Amino acid sequence: MEIVQAAMAGTLESSDLLVKVSPHDEGRLELVVSSQVMRQFGGQIRRVALETLARLEVEAGLVVIEDKGALDCAIRARIQAAVLRAARCQELDWRVLA
Amino acid sequence: MTLCTLRRSMLFLPASSAAMLSTAFVHRPDSIMFDLEDAVALREKDSARLMMFHALRNPVYRELETVVRINPLATPFGLPDLEAAVRAGADVIRLPKTDTAADLLELEAQVERIEMVCGRPRGSTRLMAAIESASGVVNAVAIAMASPRLMGIALAGFDYVVDMQTERGDGTELFYARCAVLHAARAAKIDAFDVVFGDLDDEAGFIREAELARRLGFNGKSLINPRQIELLHNVYAPTAAEAAHAGKVLAAADAAERDGLGVVSLNGKMIDAPIINRARRVLQLAATSGIRR
Repeated sequence: MEIVQAAMAGTLESSDLLVKVSPHDEGRLELVVSSQVMRQFGGQIRRVALETLARLEVEAGLVVIEDKGALDCAIRARIQAAVLRAARCQELDWRVLA
Repeated sequence: MTLCTLRRSMLFLPASSAAMLSTAFVHRPDSIMFDLEDAVALREKDSARLMMFHALRNPVYRELETVVRINPLATPFGLPDLEAAVRAGADVIRLPKTDTAADLLELEAQVERIEMVCGRPRGSTRLMAAIESASGVVNAVAIAMASPRLMGIALAGFDYVVDMQTERGDGTELFYARCAVLHAARAAKIDAFDVVFGDLDDEAGFIREAELARRLGFNGKSLINPRQIELLHNVYAPTAAEAAHAGKVLAAADAAERDGLGVVSLNGKMIDAPIINRARRVLQLAATSGIRR
């Protein structure tokens, strides 16, 4: 999936996360994660994010995540929403999103 | 006799709210309703749909009955909502603004198609119709009987009173609609759900309305705040006297069956099947809700 514009999804409310996605200047994939629970769950958040991006076949883009203690299901949903918006994708393949 | 599924409390949960998605199951309502319609802003419909899709696949939501209120199929959001909800394994799809049986048949056909495509067992997705207009109330019987997938119909008070050119008051304004929806549901042997009570600070008013709904025969109410769950379950809990009497009824029925008697009696009064079934339901409620305080 190609990131063609800047987009975001989510909020900075407790238990949520804000995901910002934009094209990357150097044409590579860069993931930046900050979290209130970075020490405890930073690795897990990165793992879920990278897995979600891989399933969407995002190979290039800057993905910035500000986590406020979200569950994995919210992380997946917000990343997918931000990427689909950034890719201007209207056609959803639920097998890929699952 | 199979005891029926308890559906006293159906908690609305805006699917766009991560905080509520993370905690709603803790409050143990009988059903949780992920709302993709009125509680979600237009520009957040896509994100909320994905939140619902992934939350439903989370094991914490597998122990509760899950309902998804989709947007009307006539909107651009309705069909994607339905695709996501059926594929994610929602137990029930709630169709808002159901005015005719045809609305439900259209939904049924789409659900059947999606079940086939995604490999979900045919018929495993149940439906609920929300009646929110004068047309819906007038057509309630046809709606209630439209599909074998239908597990219940709900009256939605806010849109209904607007359509009737009135406003929420002491309940008089809803009296005909409540009775019409309830009779349609009972005639079709499905459940009936009463309206949301919107004033969270009026606990006494909520209990009064819940008592009315219970006495009329509604299975439960739609709720907008977890604080209302315990209050509602207490309203539906039997009194100590009712539970004690139900225990005696079942003991008498068991004794008569053991002794091979065709007629059951308790304190000189004949007990028939509806009374025995009612006693079983009272004890089921006592086991789940406790005794009314």
